[in-house]
Amino acid sequence: MALTRPCGDFKRSWEADEAVFTTRFSRAALTAFLVVLAFVPLVAGDFWLYLLNLCGIALVGAQGLNILTGFTGQISLGHGAFIGVGAYTAGILATKLGAGPAVALPAAGVAAALVGLLFGLPSLRIKGFYLAMATLAAQFILEYLFMQAAPLTGGAQGLYVERPALFGLAIDSDAKFFYLIMAVAALATAGARNLLRTDVGRCFVAIRDRDIAADLIGVNLFAYKQLAFALSSFYAGIAGGLLAYYVQAINPQAFTVLLSVDYLAMIIIGGLGSVLGATFGAVFITLLPEVLKLTIDAAGSYLPIENIFPALREIIFGLLIVLFLLREPEGLAKLWWDIKAYWKLWPFAY
Amino acid sequence: MRFFLQLVVTGIAVGSIYALIALGFVLIYKSTRIINFAQGELVLIGAFTAFAFLSQAGLPPALALPLTVVVAVVLGFTVERLLLRPMLGEPVIAVIMVTLGLAGILKGSARAIWGSVNRPFPDIFPALSLRLFDVAIPGPFLWGCLIAGACLVAFTLFFRFSTWGVTMRAAANHQAAALSIGIDVRRVFALSWAIAAAVAALGGVLLGAINVIDMNLGAIGLKVFPVVILGGLDSIPGAILGGLLIGILENLSGGFIEPWVGGGVKAVAPFVVLLLILLVRPYGLFGTREIERL
Repeated sequence: MALTRPCGDFKRSWEADEAVFTTRFSRAALTAFLVVLAFVPLVAGDFWLYLLNLCGIALVGAQGLNILTGFTGQISLGHGAFIGVGAYTAGILATKLGAGPAVALPAAGVAAALVGLLFGLPSLRIKGFYLAMATLAAQFILEYLFMQAAPLTGGAQGLYVERPALFGLAIDSDAKFFYLIMAVAALATAGARNLLRTDVGRCFVAIRDRDIAADLIGVNLFAYKQLAFALSSFYAGIAGGLLAYYVQAINPQAFTVLLSVDYLAMIIIGGLGSVLGATFGAVFITLLPEVLKLTIDAAGSYLPIENIFPALREIIFGLLIVLFLLREPEGLAKLWWDIKAYWKLWPFAY
Repeated sequence: MRFFLQLVVTGIAVGSIYALIALGFVLIYKSTRIINFAQGELVLIGAFTAFAFLSQAGLPPALALPLTVVVAVVLGFTVERLLLRPMLGEPVIAVIMVTLGLAGILKGSARAIWGSVNRPFPDIFPALSLRLFDVAIPGPFLWGCLIAGACLVAFTLFFRFSTWGVTMRAAANHQAAALSIGIDVRRVFALSWAIAAAVAALGGVLLGAINVIDMNLGAIGLKVFPVVILGGLDSIPGAILGGLLIGILENLSGGFIEPWVGGGVKAVAPFVVLLLILLVRPYGLFGTREIERL
């Protein structure tokens, strides 16, 4: 996204402009962050690890939706169902064929990508609201299949997935899952960030900014839109696969249109089209209900508000989305940039 | 044959309520180009407001229903002024997300006020029954048909003859041109939200008369999408015809396909149709075909 740059932040070459790490400090900061992250399981309790794991899974899914909606400008209201396709693929492979995550996770990604390609077909002719409708239809049709293909998916009861073993190492604790999930999340984020710098990423952005103009300068609209759908659903599938292994019980209620809306909220509150934004958004939306719950539990001893928790969650969730869109349309990523720019020039900001 | 007719007739009856709710959606889209994902929640709020006036405050229907409409109109004005007006000219996705956020706020508020339990709705419509092709139509459905029909006629007349109707059509047709001849486009937007909210409240009251009301009433907002895509996003006759067709389709697929492949077909069939229409004829039956220039 066109983030305004602080004064004095100029570049002399394309390479410098396109670099992932603009300064040595930012590279060091990210390395330090990853190192700290690697030691988190040693100090954090199971509850916090559980939350962080959910954040990591949401991050993979959010990066996927960001490729489709943020980079390419195609709205999807079916992301939750694509995640479901991944979860069910991994779940079925694990329970019926006894496949390990080394096989089941990529397979989940591929299966979701194929389904994404299928439901991305209408994007050839339609866009904007109409595409949102087509993906919404995909959401409902897939939900129906999760429920009705009972011999495979277990119907309303769903599936129960055993704890997996990866290359002979049993992944049976939150800490072990933490390393698996964070590794995948880091790969996914690096992939999304670098995709933006390739010719494919450029084509995506060209389509988002003005599809007809992109068509005229020789971008094959259909091929690239389909590619965006496939990549985005691949990410969704991986996220779904991780979710299946981690939460163990999967059923159709977990992949409703509400999940799709949650993911849209993540990338919008984070900042559309920004990889950093999708990261912020995924963490924010995942932690929001938990933080709310803790706050309400704490306040509950003084006020009689415990029984309106679901209502309060809906109201605050809606309010946040609306306020962000009205006040800070470029999301948390923009806030982060503004804070950075402020301190960069402090105390001589002007 | 009798089973078929029964399905068709009840389909028309349900469809007329879909049509009524879709009417509000189309009205907003037509004049403001805003896709309203909160239409179902406006229905929810309308139904519960009527419930509050009728059952909780014990007012007679002749007083409660106009009051409900007034509340809905005020709600429509407020929502437009606070949330949607700042979003004019923003990308489609941002506007869609704002209405999704609005849906959350409305639904959460309703849940906080009235709780998540089923509420029986009082019988307010005088008993009425009709037998058509040897099929009995229940009273509330009949009232739904009548009110939807009345709204259709009223809106057609409103858009053709009243100054406000013509103004709204002008604003919908070309915003800049309407502004240049002195039309207050902002007021048009506010008015269309107010009318849409009022129509949704009526739909909510009708739904309440058919069944009990609960927090899942808002789900009907999603039913609106196949209806408006089929009829054409910006066509009022399209919304009416689309509503009836989707109602019939839903009932027929529920009656004839569901016994073979199991439950849920009734809910998913409209969306299969939606996908097919999008592939073949995205602008629907009566919608304006959009031509895009660089």
